[in-house]
Amino acid sequence: MITVKNLCKSFDSKLVLDNISISYKPGNCSLIIGASGSGKTVLLKNLVGLTQPDSGEVWYDSHLFTSMDETARKDVRRNIGMLFQGSALFDFATVEENVMFPMDFFTNWSREQKLERANFCLKRVNLENANKKMPSELSGGMQKRVGIARAIALNPKYLFCDEPNSGLDPTTSIVIDRLIQEITKEYNITTVINTHDMNSVMEIGDQIGFIHQGRLMWEGSSSEILDAQCRELNDFVFVSKMARQLKGME
Amino acid sequence: MNLSISNIFESVGDYWLLMKRAFRKPEKWGIFFKQFITESDKLIIGSIPIVALISLFIGAVVVIQTDKNMNNPLIDKMYIGYMARETLVLEFCSTMVALILTGKMGSNIASELGSMRITEQIDAMEIMGINSAGYLIAPKIVSATILSPLIMLMSFIVGLFGGAMVVAILGMISMSQYVTGLQYSFNPWYVSYSMIKMSVFCFIITSVCSYFGYYAKGGSQGVGRSSTKAIVMSCALILVFNYLLTNLLL
Repeated sequence: MITVKNLCKSFDSKLVLDNISISYKPGNCSLIIGASGSGKTVLLKNLVGLTQPDSGEVWYDSHLFTSMDETARKDVRRNIGMLFQGSALFDFATVEENVMFPMDFFTNWSREQKLERANFCLKRVNLENANKKMPSELSGGMQKRVGIARAIALNPKYLFCDEPNSGLDPTTSIVIDRLIQEITKEYNITTVINTHDMNSVMEIGDQIGFIHQGRLMWEGSSSEILDAQCRELNDFVFVSKMARQLKGME
Repeated sequence: MNLSISNIFESVGDYWLLMKRAFRKPEKWGIFFKQFITESDKLIIGSIPIVALISLFIGAVVVIQTDKNMNNPLIDKMYIGYMARETLVLEFCSTMVALILTGKMGSNIASELGSMRITEQIDAMEIMGINSAGYLIAPKIVSATILSPLIMLMSFIVGLFGGAMVVAILGMISMSQYVTGLQYSFNPWYVSYSMIKMSVFCFIITSVCSYFGYYAKGGSQGVGRSSTKAIVMSCALILVFNYLLTNLLL
């Protein structure tokens, strides 16, 4: 369980996150949606500690993450997996070495054990026979899968995905979405996904938080989003003329 | 480059904080040593061909120029060897080679780390709970600082060989005169002094270029800007420290 309380963050006197409070439950795919520049990525970076909030709290279960020093944060971070927008695979390492990378640091497993776990993770994301390839030899969808395999290598309790579908075609996007959803349910992970892809929202959104100009404007599920009475959300969801007519906005 | 006083203090502070992080106890010594070997191969072994080539020709040119400038018949021609040795050991093999290495090694480090920063690979390591500075920067600094005196020695030997080659080909003096000059009034401390300088210069190159690469921002143009800043700053610091060390050690 991740709990965010009254989170605020500004850059050069511009308020980017304005008093955000929200909770993310285990086994759920929780989505942060909003237009580009709304503050989604900043919120995600604050959650994982890549940037420090100006005020507010982030709790990982009973641990107050925002007040921890770097050493204490490391223990929490070992339970975090993250899939980056551009996959962020290490370009000096093969697919297999990428997945084994966190194991090299945080386990005392033998090379065979690490290889076995890497193969299991790669099989889980339906990516076999690519072990020896370099990230540059993979397609965007394959890179995302390796990113997921690396993120789940150490059985994380929390999984963060920053725009997992960016740059992917709709079919591959759905495959990646379903994979994230399956893994979330299978291992009871608290998953937080940052997206502006409405297909993802409808496909896997157990819990959705809509951010507009740094403020959490609406919270609900994918089944509630179409009937929401939030004007900013409706402007975001129903963009095309046809959709707006169907919604009765025009 | 913005050279306001507050920016300079901020950069110096950030630099020392980064060095402090880089030299924290490694997560695993085995991984550190593996990286040390990799970086030694890349930074030191990889620099041997270019340093050898330049040293060979500079040694040859120094001998020719010294010969052309020694018209006084009262001065023994063996001084050509003596002058070549002193020029190479005191300045060329440490300061000039360090400036050459700044271009080769420094740009490599700054662009590599800069690319890793903008593609979020460094963020990925941080989220895993890995000390990215310790993993990426410390092995580079340690390998270059410890092993660079060997590069200086190699440059010295190859430079003297280049001089001998010219003596053998052009025959302006006999080989025995050249060798006598090389042995004349030899002060072994000069070699140690040059090795110490080289070690300090390589610490400057690797740490400064790592700093600029590690904090690169703004896409591929930002990486380019960081590399340029890193090389300019390294060269300037090498010249300043050359003066300070010469004052201190000779």
